[in-house]
Amino acid sequence: MNPNQTSKFIDIVGVEQTFKTKKGPFCALQGIHLTVAKGEFVALIGHSGCGKSTLLNLIAGLTTPTQGHLLCDNREIAGPGPDRAVVFQNHSLLPWLTCFENIYLGVERVFGAANKSTGAPSESKAQLIARTDAALALVGLTPAAQKRPGEISGGMKQRVGIARALAMEPKVLLMDEPFGALDALTRAKLQDELLEIVARTHSTVVMVTHDVDEAVLLSDKIVMLTNGPSATIGEVLAVELPRPRSRIALADSAQYLGYRKAVIDFLYTRQAHVEKAA
Amino acid sequence: MVSAVFHSPLEASGAAPVATTTPSNTMNKVAAPTVSIRATGSKSLQKPAFDWRGLWLAVLPPVLGFGLLVGIWALVSISTASSIPSPTDTFNQALIIFSDPFYRNGPNDQGVGWNILMSLQRVAVGFGLAAAVGIPVGFAVGRSEFLSRMFNPLISLLRPVSPLAWLPIGLLVFKGADPAAIWTIFICSIWPMIINTAVGVQRVPQDYMNVARVLNLSEWKIVTKILFPSVLPYMLTGVRLAVGTAWLVIVAAEMLTGGVGIGFWVWDEWNNLNVKNIIIAIFVIGVVGLILEYALIKVATAFTFEEVKS
Repeated sequence: MNPNQTSKFIDIVGVEQTFKTKKGPFCALQGIHLTVAKGEFVALIGHSGCGKSTLLNLIAGLTTPTQGHLLCDNREIAGPGPDRAVVFQNHSLLPWLTCFENIYLGVERVFGAANKSTGAPSESKAQLIARTDAALALVGLTPAAQKRPGEISGGMKQRVGIARALAMEPKVLLMDEPFGALDALTRAKLQDELLEIVARTHSTVVMVTHDVDEAVLLSDKIVMLTNGPSATIGEVLAVELPRPRSRIALADSAQYLGYRKAVIDFLYTRQAHVEKAA
Repeated sequence: MVSAVFHSPLEASGAAPVATTTPSNTMNKVAAPTVSIRATGSKSLQKPAFDWRGLWLAVLPPVLGFGLLVGIWALVSISTASSIPSPTDTFNQALIIFSDPFYRNGPNDQGVGWNILMSLQRVAVGFGLAAAVGIPVGFAVGRSEFLSRMFNPLISLLRPVSPLAWLPIGLLVFKGADPAAIWTIFICSIWPMIINTAVGVQRVPQDYMNVARVLNLSEWKIVTKILFPSVLPYMLTGVRLAVGTAWLVIVAAEMLTGGVGIGFWVWDEWNNLNVKNIIIAIFVIGVVGLILEYALIKVATAFTFEEVKS
């Protein structure tokens, strides 16, 4: 693998996104240039409505940009696919399937048929089941495998969502405010779990968040977006805290507080309130 | 009056003594005190014991309701000098009828059981055909903007037409009473099924479709794992509405077409001036309709899952 491929695993060049609305065109994102290296954890942060999720949907391929292009692993992102797994904000588990079946659905799609691009042969049913069980074990939900999403807590649902994404062995894990709907204690627990999982799997992660502590704790790089409309990248902050990171040890680390202050300063001083600008 | 009877026990459950202080009419005055005294009495005496109060509230109001109905019926019967038969006479007649529901004395004199089964059979055939046509059409209309714009004016125009208006067309085309009745059932059942299925398809949460796109699911998997399960509750609502209407319509259609069936039975008994049997038929029609409705609600709840909460 050449160094260019590693440092520019995701390459976003001059992307602009305009939506057609009844009041005329609305420019959500403008002039976005961003690269994400392989194995890097990137957080997208900004006020609500600034286009964080729009950018994530572009990387996921759920929407196509009005201008510019996005590359993943040197190939143009043409549409959504299991190589860029998404963890949705509201978990989006299918309520009529059990946790196991929800994960199996993705696993079956990715590994159940022969893979043309990697040349991997199709796997047997037992192998698919083993993969699904492993994903459930990874997020500590083996006992809840046969439960339906309606029967488990919000934190557990989000863990199933993460397991579903990880089980597909994606090149990139895209997370859209994955812990936004959870209470603070559950969120902290899942952040710790995510840190551990990412350290083990060396996943490339792009995560949308509005939580400053979450961004600093988890990421290698924090991408701060200016307020919309026509939002763009205001600042990129490299977080050089040593890993493994511990929430408690970092709580009074000067370096951590410095990063935290930098982000807060950007969000609340330079990009003060959205409503004021609008 | 009826609503006062049904409301007073509920008010009593919230604040038993208060209910007596706000009597809105005489019925309320009569009903509320008996409830509140009983309820508070049993509650203070044996607190952890069986929930008598809940049972009381569950049993008393329906019994009172039926009592009211039978009471009015008896009054009407007396005031019309028994040209409307009394509840007791009708009950005795019902015992005779239900002692042998499946007799056959020629084509125009068959037991009430046969009449019900014949009506149910017509509803089942007409309704089955309507489901076979209506549900796929509903899916198509829901999935395609073009088809939706094409069919919506037609549906809006034809839906409000009384199904019985289609009966002559059915008689003309099918040249027989039985197919015409089935045709009428078909035409009245199809609209709720098309409309509800289409609405269900249009309301499949975008999140689920996004999941399908990210997982890159095949069309077959999308239909079986996402579209069908999420449309099912809407579809079952359509089915329930359709069965309700079909059961209403079959009685009227059979009165017009004749043959064997509960509607024809009512009309036959009217020609015989056997009012007791007409009243029995009314109860039978009500009970069968209730059972159909209840069964479909049970099916619908079994297939309704918790929606994604954002």
